[in-house]
Amino acid sequence: MSKDSAIVAHTISVLVANEPGILARVVGLFSGRGYNIESLTVAETNAKESQSRITIVTKGTPMIIEQIKAQLDRLVPVYRVRDLTVEGPHIERELALVKVKGVGEKRVEALRLADVFRAKVIDAKSDSFVFEVTGNTDKVQTFIGLMESLGLVDVVRTGIVAMSRGGEAL
Amino acid sequence: MTKSEESATTGADLLVKALIDEEVEVVFGYPGGAVLPIYDSLFKQNRLRHILVRHEQAAVHAAEGYARSTGKVGVVLVTSGPGATNAVTGLTDALMDSIPIVCLTGQVPTHLIGNDAFQEADTTGITRPCTKHNYLVKAVSDLARTVHEAFYVARSGRPGPVVIDLPKDVLMNKHEYTAPPKVAMTHKSYRPQTQPDPKKIEQAIEMIAKAKRPVFYAGGGIINAGPKASKLLTQFVHLTGYPITNTLMGLGAFPASDKQFLGMLGMHGTYEANLAMHGCDVMINIGARFDDRITGNLTKFSPGSKKIHVDIDPSSINKNVRVDLAIVGDAGIVLEELLKAWKAKQPKVDQKALKAWWAEIDGWRGRNCLAYTPSKQVIKPQYALERLYHHIKDKDHYITTEVGQHQMWAAQFLKFEQPNRWMTSGGLGTMGYGFPAALGVQIAHPEALVIDVAGEASILMNIQELSTAAQYRLPVKIFVLNNHYMGMVRQWQELLHGGRYSESYSESLPDFVKVADAFGAKGLRCDDPAKLDDTIKEMIELKHPVIVDVIVDEKENCFPMIPSGAAHNEMLLGPDDKQSAKVSEEGMVLV
Repeated sequence: MSKDSAIVAHTISVLVANEPGILARVVGLFSGRGYNIESLTVAETNAKESQSRITIVTKGTPMIIEQIKAQLDRLVPVYRVRDLTVEGPHIERELALVKVKGVGEKRVEALRLADVFRAKVIDAKSDSFVFEVTGNTDKVQTFIGLMESLGLVDVVRTGIVAMSRGGEAL
Repeated sequence: MTKSEESATTGADLLVKALIDEEVEVVFGYPGGAVLPIYDSLFKQNRLRHILVRHEQAAVHAAEGYARSTGKVGVVLVTSGPGATNAVTGLTDALMDSIPIVCLTGQVPTHLIGNDAFQEADTTGITRPCTKHNYLVKAVSDLARTVHEAFYVARSGRPGPVVIDLPKDVLMNKHEYTAPPKVAMTHKSYRPQTQPDPKKIEQAIEMIAKAKRPVFYAGGGIINAGPKASKLLTQFVHLTGYPITNTLMGLGAFPASDKQFLGMLGMHGTYEANLAMHGCDVMINIGARFDDRITGNLTKFSPGSKKIHVDIDPSSINKNVRVDLAIVGDAGIVLEELLKAWKAKQPKVDQKALKAWWAEIDGWRGRNCLAYTPSKQVIKPQYALERLYHHIKDKDHYITTEVGQHQMWAAQFLKFEQPNRWMTSGGLGTMGYGFPAALGVQIAHPEALVIDVAGEASILMNIQELSTAAQYRLPVKIFVLNNHYMGMVRQWQELLHGGRYSESYSESLPDFVKVADAFGAKGLRCDDPAKLDDTIKEMIELKHPVIVDVIVDEKENCFPMIPSGAAHNEMLLGPDDKQSAKVSEEGMVLV
């Protein structure tokens, strides 16, 4: 595959005015123009200025990624759009709650693996655990994969939040 | 009573005051329950003129016509629910063609929102993808400020439609007025870039100066940048001596009679314009967006050229065509900078190469691609437009069109010497656009000759506006090229679908002369080429709205044509062109 047609995942950070409909604008832009959303997180990050940060993981060719950024930047309530994937090193984290049901050897193994992955037990019954695991997508994915044979019954994930390394703000 | 309570007025009054402060003169609208307070405020004043249309879609198109012919923001006022949903086509049209519109929609009172109340629709939800921006005003304290912001957003950067949704209680609650900012408005998050990067101007000059086979390709961005941008473009093109082509949206940006003008490019553009685009070595795109009607097959589009793209919207750059030099900025400002730099540098253009390029272009011009077979028996649509142009060219005139074959013939056969004289639905291709747009143009230019070039199918889509024309005595002329077919549909069925004319025959047409009569307009009919001149003269002389039903050749097709999926150098020049059999499967999928 040539460089121009290679599909690559990008993590894009968007600073927006926290006003009604802003999420619908962003999501509608993706669905209306046929772009992919792999993951999306949003929450207010500056109450005084009423600003929210949206972190979007999306996939596309370089031309599509460039379009996505330009289209996002064109939205009136958008302050800034940054492509963390191309703008130097950054850190990504997500959090998952993983519910595992089982007794005996499987239960012990689940707990042992949770310890390896530094997952916390945040709920326990005699036949179940809820683990809280934090990390990059790979780690969370691996942990969930391991739980599958050990009685995995439920998963929720936050999606990715990301930030550039170093002292600069967005 | 405190001082602020004394100066407080209802939301509806605040709205009217804000519109006046935004220098609005005309509002195109239609009343209804949710906007009654606004209509009450309008009744009590005489600064704003309200034009009552007969369908909300027409209100938006009329506002578009007004906006495009004046450069001002067009204003629309409609009620909640169906009023707003009927406006959606117009809003989408304005978005696609970058026309500044502020559309005020009524809404049910805030406490009823979400209750499926009578005439409730999620207007901000529905219009989100078809506006540049939209607002739901939840408190009267935000109203005036929101109106000022909406006008700023609509007219600045790449212009577009903005909706302000106004719940009825907000219109009736009282508050003090907020005047527009005295200095130029700035927005906290919306900051369009109008000033180009000086380094890129330098690079552009270098590329332009070195070109051996250059072509300018200018679009609606020039028109939107104001009449000065057209003057600057004309100066720059003259200074370089290079050829120029305009898009459908850009017609009038450069004088059509100028010898450097190659005509319109694209699917139904001229042979010389399209071949110049295909064969150029440097393409200078100013204010156009490489639309699919322009480029044809993208993989074969202008394969050997370096491309410069000037656009105020960064998202237009590298969207369809990857360019070598992108300049983000206002077309007028960029042209000013280019001119300044060119004059300062006095670059040496390769005159020998340019001469050879012009010789090649003149060869293409010699094909006379707009030629058609004349007839003494039946009126050819091209002939009708040639005669129309002959009679209007020395008059102060404005042209609007509907959508289809007649639109393309109008673009080919009418010549535009100035910007803001040509109003057509380019991006969305909205049948029913032209007549209400013409009404808006006539409101803005009461003394001018305003003509809607129409087809018999398109005109039926907003024919009810004859009532508006009659009420305000708007002497708009509707020049119907009646071929008894949705002509462009029929043409595609002929070329692509084996001549199976599925549902494209205009069955049960009304008698347009009687229709005109019924609405208090004048109706004329002509089916004889020998009498056409007299009919056109009569149309022009009548001080009424007029429908001219010109019965034209039913089977005439619009050429030249780049079949979908084909490249610029694979044009069909006429009905006898042997290539017509070769429309690819891939091309058939395209529209």
